[in-house]
Amino acid sequence: MSKFKYTPENEAKFQEQIKRYPNSNSMMLPALWLVQEQEGWVSPDAMIFVAEKLNKAPIEVYEFATFYTMFNLKPIGTYHIELCKTLSCMVMGSKDLKKFIKDTIGIGPGETSEDGLFHFSEVECLGACGGAPMFALNGEYHENQSIDSLKKVIEECRNASKSSK
Amino acid sequence: MLVKVVSKNFDIPNSHKLEVAKANGRYSSIEKLFSMQPDEVTEEVTKSSLRGKGGGGAPCGPKWKLMPKDDPRPAYLIVNGDESEPGTFKDRQIFQYDPHLLIEGIICSSYAINAHDAYIYVRGEYKWFIDRLNEAIKEAYDDGIIGEKVMGHDYRMDITVHRGGGAYICGEKSALIESLEGKRGHPRLKPHGKECEWFFDNPATVNNVETIATVPFIVENGYQAYTAYGTEKSPGTMLFAMSGPVKNPGVYELAFGNKMIDVINQIGGGMQDGKKLKAVIPGGSSCPILTAKEVEKAVLDYESMWDIGSTLGTGGMMIIDDSMNMVDVAKNIIEFYHHESCGQCTPCREGCGWIDKILAKVLAGEGTKKDLETILEVCDTMNGKTICVFAPAVKDIIKSILIKFEDEFIKEIK
Repeated sequence: MSKFKYTPENEAKFQEQIKRYPNSNSMMLPALWLVQEQEGWVSPDAMIFVAEKLNKAPIEVYEFATFYTMFNLKPIGTYHIELCKTLSCMVMGSKDLKKFIKDTIGIGPGETSEDGLFHFSEVECLGACGGAPMFALNGEYHENQSIDSLKKVIEECRNASKSSK
Repeated sequence: MLVKVVSKNFDIPNSHKLEVAKANGRYSSIEKLFSMQPDEVTEEVTKSSLRGKGGGGAPCGPKWKLMPKDDPRPAYLIVNGDESEPGTFKDRQIFQYDPHLLIEGIICSSYAINAHDAYIYVRGEYKWFIDRLNEAIKEAYDDGIIGEKVMGHDYRMDITVHRGGGAYICGEKSALIESLEGKRGHPRLKPHGKECEWFFDNPATVNNVETIATVPFIVENGYQAYTAYGTEKSPGTMLFAMSGPVKNPGVYELAFGNKMIDVINQIGGGMQDGKKLKAVIPGGSSCPILTAKEVEKAVLDYESMWDIGSTLGTGGMMIIDDSMNMVDVAKNIIEFYHHESCGQCTPCREGCGWIDKILAKVLAGEGTKKDLETILEVCDTMNGKTICVFAPAVKDIIKSILIKFEDEFIKEIK
């Protein structure tokens, strides 16, 4: 039995959404998105919760969640920087941005900063090739980036973190 | 050179809002739609020669005709908004600037195939665009445009946005349906004969976002208005995306038949200062690469692109300049495909990884001529031995880079 529970708002969203599909199996992605939006990551306990709700074996949910790269299977930092590394971004300088992240935050792809503030992912094409190079910060797209603009964003995150303490 | 069929409202402020959308022609095709029989709509789209804009280019009308008639099971329209082919960023313009056009297209297309439920599968990374699309869908429900009755007509239409989880292969239509059914996005084996798709064993049609967004123009203005654009064999228009070191990267709607070099120079503004055109991948990263010399001859329509040994794909032109090492380019592309292979078929799963490792070895200065031969052998071993066209696409792009820029690979090896 899972200890995880949706918030009442998310439970209501789940119940509303499940009516829209001819088969509850379609709820695998929506159910996991609700978990991640609520917790920031998808824990094994939450996978058991989803399995119970959708009448699945927990391993089925695990197999599913591990196929889709956007589900965080461990907690990540407050600010998730997803830097696109694919061709147009590479041609337009994404390698420089990657180096800047390493130099200033001290983390490489897949790593979280020691203070838990930043998590860095190097990702494949984000569909923003016309605005290359680009990164997403907690899902929000930042296009036509440079080292200066990235530096500014990192400083803003640090300042926001300080002021919230 | 620019035309406005799908992109007509893109530059209008707040064009995504229902009020503005309606004031600028959205949903004006619906009255005419319901004055036609569903078969007539399908026939109009067939005569327009509208082709799938997601990369495959399959004719849309004939695809709709594959839906079974008088089948008691519910029919479904599935709109492919996965858009994860590198170089492709056109459907997001529709989500961002004219989501009501997509909703209107869904109504028209669903009526033609007798579907009452449509799912728009959008790549998970497009969270912002998904939110905008959902806002537009809510507006449409609240206004009675969709729901139990479509604009007062006795036709139910429900539309649901389904957020993907970050898997390139879910842009392949059968993998997309698998994902929509709550499974890993593994492509399905294709039947011998042509038939529709199946969603939980119910008949379904899968069309790309831009394809669906083109339908209202054809319904409202007739097929001749659409075939007035483009060439005899490739009529119509397409949202062409341009990325890389040109002065004006972006998405531009053009009739088929323009010269690629004119589009790059006149609309793209030419190369950025100090950079020289070296190559173009013409329609998303899986289309065979064109050298600068070939770009001079390339024409943006299906047949012309086949004639010069490439494909039009999604129309997403990736520009590469002369500062780039083409071995780096090939390595970057194979990293993408290695990461994104769904792993179902061994030749694809292992082949992508194998080429990736060899290219890493080449770039480390440890490659040999035999390694380059092995890459070509692996490409040929992958081609045609898998369930979907992912592996053949990898073969096309990697082999074309290696053959056309062999001298750069030779420079890197021992």
